[in-house]
Amino acid sequence: MSEGPRFTLDGREIPLVPGQTVIEAADAAGIYIPRLCHKPGLEPFGSCRVCTVKANGRSVAACTYPASPGMIVESDTEEVNAHRKLLLEMLFVEGNHFCMSCEKSGNCELQALGYRFAIAAPQLEFQFPVRDVDASHPDILIDHNRCILCSRCVRASRDLDKKEVFGFVGRGPHKRIAVSSGTRLRDTDADVTDQALDVCPVGALLRKRVGFAVPVGQRLYDKVPIGGAPVVPEAPVAEEGRA
Amino acid sequence: MSKPRIATTSLCGCFGCHMSLLDIDERILALAELVEFDKSPINDHKDFTARCAVGLIEGGCANAENVHVLRRFREQCDVLVSVGDCATMGGIPALRNLVPLEECLREAYVDGPSVFNPGGRIPDDPEIPMLLDKVYPAQEVVRIDYHIPGCPPSADTLWKTLTALLGGTSVELPYELIKYD
Amino acid sequence: MSTSLENAIVEVCASVGNEPSRLMDVAREIQARFGCVSAEAIDGIHTHLGVSRPTARSLVSFYSFLSEKPKGRVVIRLCDDPVDRLFGHDRVLKAFSDELGIPVGGTTTDGAFSLERTACIGMSDHAPAALVNETPVTDLSTDKAREIVAELRAHMSPDRLVKKLGDGNNGHPLVRSMVENHIRKAGPIVLTEHHHGEATRKAAAMSPTEVIRSVKAARLRGRGGAGFPTGIKWEMARAAPGPRKFLVCNADEGEPGTFKDRVLLTEFPDRVFAGMTIAGYAIGAREGILYLRAEYAYLRRFLEDVLAQRRAEGLLGKSIAARHSFDFDIRIQMGAGAYVCGEESALLNSCEGLRGDPRNRPPFPAQKGYLGCPTIVNNVETLACVARILDAGPATFSEYGTKQSAGSKLLSISGDVGMAGVYEVPFGVTLRDVLTMADSRETQAVQIGGPSGRMVGPSEFDRTICYDDLATGGAMAVFGPDRNPIEIARLYMEFFEDESCGFCTPCRVGNGLLRRGLDKVLAGRGEPSDLVQFEEVARTMKATSRCGLGQTSFNPVLTTLASFRPLFDSLVKEDPKKFRRSFDLEASTREAARIRTGGAR
Repeated sequence: MSEGPRFTLDGREIPLVPGQTVIEAADAAGIYIPRLCHKPGLEPFGSCRVCTVKANGRSVAACTYPASPGMIVESDTEEVNAHRKLLLEMLFVEGNHFCMSCEKSGNCELQALGYRFAIAAPQLEFQFPVRDVDASHPDILIDHNRCILCSRCVRASRDLDKKEVFGFVGRGPHKRIAVSSGTRLRDTDADVTDQALDVCPVGALLRKRVGFAVPVGQRLYDKVPIGGAPVVPEAPVAEEGRA
Repeated sequence: MSKPRIATTSLCGCFGCHMSLLDIDERILALAELVEFDKSPINDHKDFTARCAVGLIEGGCANAENVHVLRRFREQCDVLVSVGDCATMGGIPALRNLVPLEECLREAYVDGPSVFNPGGRIPDDPEIPMLLDKVYPAQEVVRIDYHIPGCPPSADTLWKTLTALLGGTSVELPYELIKYD
Repeated sequence: MSTSLENAIVEVCASVGNEPSRLMDVAREIQARFGCVSAEAIDGIHTHLGVSRPTARSLVSFYSFLSEKPKGRVVIRLCDDPVDRLFGHDRVLKAFSDELGIPVGGTTTDGAFSLERTACIGMSDHAPAALVNETPVTDLSTDKAREIVAELRAHMSPDRLVKKLGDGNNGHPLVRSMVENHIRKAGPIVLTEHHHGEATRKAAAMSPTEVIRSVKAARLRGRGGAGFPTGIKWEMARAAPGPRKFLVCNADEGEPGTFKDRVLLTEFPDRVFAGMTIAGYAIGAREGILYLRAEYAYLRRFLEDVLAQRRAEGLLGKSIAARHSFDFDIRIQMGAGAYVCGEESALLNSCEGLRGDPRNRPPFPAQKGYLGCPTIVNNVETLACVARILDAGPATFSEYGTKQSAGSKLLSISGDVGMAGVYEVPFGVTLRDVLTMADSRETQAVQIGGPSGRMVGPSEFDRTICYDDLATGGAMAVFGPDRNPIEIARLYMEFFEDESCGFCTPCRVGNGLLRRGLDKVLAGRGEPSDLVQFEEVARTMKATSRCGLGQTSFNPVLTTLASFRPLFDSLVKEDPKKFRRSFDLEASTREAARIRTGGAR
């Protein structure tokens, strides 16, 4: 076993490199912590809160919280997973997620987490908000109905593409993604080769004319759960089982 | 001992979930051994003849008739199962929730590019059930005991769920069978 | 772009040294001059200030006093605070709306007037109240609303609406406001006479470490509500490496029903500035910022004047109190309408010209705050206490109050009381005694505001105001027997739903879920499972929200549920047929029936 600083994650001792966040150290050790807004290669953000863990008894976001030697982190516990499940339900009912007609279905991280957490149907009331679709760009589509405000495109466009095509406007329940022109995507310098288009976890930011390329059964999360780890079934479909 | 009774209905759905039920192929014979079908499009029984153990609900509620049928199922069935995305989440019909009702009706019957309706009249025969302001998932109208997602849920999913319910064991679906599409 | 707009942008940007982090000041000024920060203006700001368009647009869309679309030359913002809502807000709003011929959120076709609702403006002792541009108009009635519109139509000058000046410095030529201080009870710590300049001079005669020791000896804890020991916080910033440090005074008093900082800034600004100066000296900061909420803009010229006087007297600027290298100056940073900016890291983002999203922690502001430098953010009242501790000595301070909660607390009391206003009480006082002081009879419930705000009923009136029991930032809204506590909780949730920054999932979605759940209960359509869901949602919000707002904003629901359980139980029930009571067939077919009969909406 290698020397150096370590901390405990769900009972396992794992190494850390000073400066790493909890999720980075966990990833390096091959332990999956569920997440949506976090994506390696992008600046940590901390908005979805799905990666919430308990560090020395305090709830923190694993994607922004620094790992420190000796800390005790709980992630895959009933309590923490219950929070994650509710957060996922919140994201489902906050937007309009019609998986059956979405190009991203099967490769969508929100959907895959729904599967992983065995959410048969959200028990929160659906909000069915009225949101726009911006199909003005010849090659790119923004469907705000599916956006979960994770800011991956904002960060990728700013830091990888050096363009700043996207940003947030509004606050609270009215917060949404906007484009730099203030109006339509076609009036920005967004391009079909932008890396920002590769990072959307859901079907909100898509390249046109390439949907449904992979047959059902062969898509990313058709057979293997996101994060890979085996999932223990937990009487998934019972509504009464929740209370 | 009499066989448990099962009832099914399609509210605002496409009957795809019922088709998927038929997709259990020869297992339908085993199912027929296990249960007695009561009200269901499968046998075309229009109303309940007795109280049922299980009711399968396809589709959400888009109009007043859907609500009446769903409530009747709730009254007549011990266990209600929402089957498919329309029942559990609203599904494709719920896309209309993003557009005001009047605009929807006008597009469908008056303004749509393929509409020929010189009178410009939106169907209003009293026999036509009143539309709801939006399409509701089944659990927002009555209590639902189990939810099976999928568009449609696969035949295996339905088979596993039904046999577990009828066998009195808990319904536990493996990863591959929980799908929203 | 029009030349006048471009020229204005160039001029305004130059006035802040073309410094991109001063975007807030630029946007506020453009808004003031042109009634909006239009897409064109955002282009101009991009060109001349070097701020990206998404950053500028994000800022403009975040703050409720800024807008991309044009607003009227006179904007009437009626306070939406729960107390105002219970004291005739709706009637007054309707009177304004009828008189102006526009709905809420609308602007008259001639571009003269806009009418809006706005979160608590810090005038709950004057409810219902409104801001007309920057001018507060208080104790409104429907008649007054009509008069105001008629007068404004004649002269379009909000300041001419002030006929009778308020007491104290409200009548100062640089304030000229109709607001009354309503100081009902002055204690020996904050609302008391003091020797001008004494605290600063005494501090200057000590070393910074001695100053911190004094504040620790006085056992001063933060007055914003969380109660962190001030001295320890200062030590962290003092120890943090960095040549440049900042001291920020948080005057973004936005908790619904609180207005004591407004009174402090009106009557005792000198003491607040002294506290800032002393704190700056203690932590090694040469620069101070007073973050003043947009709602208190009417105090700005007066406060600038107080700062100028202090500079003239050698109490601010270079070599303060003749001590070589004691340099400290203060600038006023205006906010633009966002409750969440009371959260210290959101406030720092706001100071830097960004959206008021709170920041991830760590790093903490004391390590990495404004512009990345070690920064201390203290509440107005905390800093006033600092001045008193230096002026009168730590013992005078710590002898008052209790062992764990030394000193006094300012309370802003409003609602169903005979004497709404500001009270300075010793920590440890019972809620019952406070209610008696405020001349409240037959109180049914009290919403105690602050980050751990809670709704308490009569069974808890013997609890005490202090950090270990009923901790509070100072807001105390009192509700009589005719009020519905669930309706009140709903008003608070509506506030938090509007004021969430929207950054993190639990707060952005959770507050709305709770508000809609209360709507359902109030409509008589709740079920026992709704109450279970309140608790589930609250648990997840508490555990997973990124900042104090989402970690506590559910408290009005949970504490009302705890204090008034029988009322909830009387309203929720399970349908025996297992139909969902929340679904209303009649209501949900109403629109279809209207369309069918061709009726009007």
